[in-house]
Amino acid sequence: MVTRTQKPVPFSQKFESWLPRIVVSPLFALSLFFVYGFIGWTLYISFTKSGVMPNYTFEGLSQYERLWATPRWYVALGNMFVFSGLFIVISLTIGIFLAILLDQRVRIEGVIRTIYLYPMALSFIVTGTVWKWILNPGLGIQNFVRKAGFEDFSFDWLVNSDYAIYTVVIAAVWQSSGYAMALFLAGLRSVDDEILKAAAIDGASAFRTYFSVVLPIMRPVFLSTVIILAHLAIKSFDLVIALTGGGPGYATDMPATFMYAFAFQRSELGVAAASAVMMLTTVIAIVVPYLYSELRGKKR
Amino acid sequence: MNILKKAFVISSVASALSAGSVYAEGTVEVLHWWTSGGEAKAVGELKNAFEAQGGTWIDSPIAGGGGDAAMTALRARVIAGNPPTAVQLKGPGIQEWAREGALNNVNDVAESEKWDGVLPPVLAEIMKYDGAYVAAPVNIHRVDWMWANPQALETAGVSEMPTTWDEFNAAAEKLMAAGIVPLAHGGQPWQDATVFEDVVLGIGGADFFRKALVELDQEALQSDTMIAAFDQLRTMRGYVDENFAGRDWNLATGMVMRGEAGFQIMGDWAKGEFLAAGKVPGVDFLCAPTPGNGFVLNSDSFTFFEVEGDENIAGQQVLASLIMSPGFQETFNLAKGSIPARTDVALDAFDACALRSHADLLAAIENDALVPSMAHEMAIPRSIRGEFLDLVTNFFNSDMSSEEAAQSLAAAVARAQ
Repeated sequence: MVTRTQKPVPFSQKFESWLPRIVVSPLFALSLFFVYGFIGWTLYISFTKSGVMPNYTFEGLSQYERLWATPRWYVALGNMFVFSGLFIVISLTIGIFLAILLDQRVRIEGVIRTIYLYPMALSFIVTGTVWKWILNPGLGIQNFVRKAGFEDFSFDWLVNSDYAIYTVVIAAVWQSSGYAMALFLAGLRSVDDEILKAAAIDGASAFRTYFSVVLPIMRPVFLSTVIILAHLAIKSFDLVIALTGGGPGYATDMPATFMYAFAFQRSELGVAAASAVMMLTTVIAIVVPYLYSELRGKKR
Repeated sequence: MNILKKAFVISSVASALSAGSVYAEGTVEVLHWWTSGGEAKAVGELKNAFEAQGGTWIDSPIAGGGGDAAMTALRARVIAGNPPTAVQLKGPGIQEWAREGALNNVNDVAESEKWDGVLPPVLAEIMKYDGAYVAAPVNIHRVDWMWANPQALETAGVSEMPTTWDEFNAAAEKLMAAGIVPLAHGGQPWQDATVFEDVVLGIGGADFFRKALVELDQEALQSDTMIAAFDQLRTMRGYVDENFAGRDWNLATGMVMRGEAGFQIMGDWAKGEFLAAGKVPGVDFLCAPTPGNGFVLNSDSFTFFEVEGDENIAGQQVLASLIMSPGFQETFNLAKGSIPARTDVALDAFDACALRSHADLLAAIENDALVPSMAHEMAIPRSIRGEFLDLVTNFFNSDMSSEEAAQSLAAAVARAQ
């Protein structure tokens, strides 16, 4: 190592090292203010008795008490966990499966990959509307199969309070599995050939190779895919509104639609803010430990 | 955000323009969400009338969601200190905004034109805050109407429109036996609530309606009468077809028009659908009030916000006067399908159902059977109405028992207050 002399650092060099920070700082300040500042504002509003307009007198936890006494909130929370869990697991499974299949060096891989990725290009509103028609008992699948001769066939999940949430899962999985597939395919392509050859020499079958060798190598890809899918799941407001409008009654209500209804349709800003804070804490409680465990593991 | 930005731009351009305006008869900026078909035509009538007497009308239509987007834009503008001159706002929402100190009153116009004498007292109360008029009603809609297809009724052997809910159930059974859907219904919370409040009126009468749905008396909400109302609602759940979830109200009206269904329970904007399709009342469709001998009132109105400047205040006064003028009330309501808010307007040009509505209105005022609609935001604030809608729609879409429903309703209302 060359020992540094006591020569003073020229201004231009100091400036150059500070330049990136200067350039990024306006954006950073804006993000800090608009994202975290407004999160703080929402947090404060959740402790007030705001109705149609924000009211800044501190009220304590009354809005949270109201929130946790509302039956609709429990339906929304339950739906969020059911929907997110099923959506993430099924999208991951289908994504990995399709990626492995595509990785077998098939001939028209480019075309097939585009077809699977295509639903991602549609907005959730389009997906919701189209699936609403497909799943409508009188217009869609049930009608079609009945007309084809199977008079007893019934597929009325969309209008059934108990099963409507699963229709939202179907539409969301259709939209996003292609995206999961694309992420996994990129991950698969980056696996070293040497490792695969070594596994083949050791006599591992294709299934064992993938299951025990390749998938563990792809843990970082799992992490990013889960984070992306989780954020899509929590954000799924437009899909629910387009597909079921909140469902028969409020059976497919989600925290996002709950918050919208209370804030803008029912002039109850305080309750809406409380529900938004609950959504944030749920996301933090799940994502932060996962991130921490994955990123900490890297330093091993 | 685009809508908010647009409203902001429009209003700043408008204030820049109006500052240099030379019209002497006032400037108004009107925020509303009447953007479709008959409604847009109706608000166009008001605009023409206002401009005909020399005023400037700046239109701020914000479509969508039964007013949700417009209310959000309104909130943003009031906070920014730049409210529109007049807003399409009704019911207890008017008092909520008045409590925030955001409204101007037009009491001078009201007193000189003697509005108290020509408006039903129930409606006048809603238009006032602290005894002064802050809003002007444009129409009276009736919520408790039953629409029927006479051919369908004849096929099923139903000879006359039911006058009690038991008669309705009997007629519905006959329709089901004949293979016709008894009740065309759209499974949206506000439609469930419309049927619910009509049932409450029929089972309990106007006094019970007032006690339970307007005054929110806890005992009334848990009483046997309320349980009986939920029982009737449960019976009616059996009379709708299996595709009702999420259906729009006008599609349900279409079912009645085509004879696929016998009845629809909906306000008199359904009449607009029938008339637009060229159907003749009495021949192609029948109208009758739902059981209860009452009148469930819904009224659209324009509310005047706190603006400054002679131009704007003059505009508000002129607009208020214009809205309540008999000539405008007639043209507007012919276009919209409702009846005038003024009880003294001659109804020669209106159809038979409107005339029936007017006669029933006067009778209801005399018999104290005129009640404001809960489902259409006339009786209670949106926060409490939201709890009603949640509970009723959940009851309609599940197999909750009536006793449980009444208990939950009382608890929900207590929570929201």
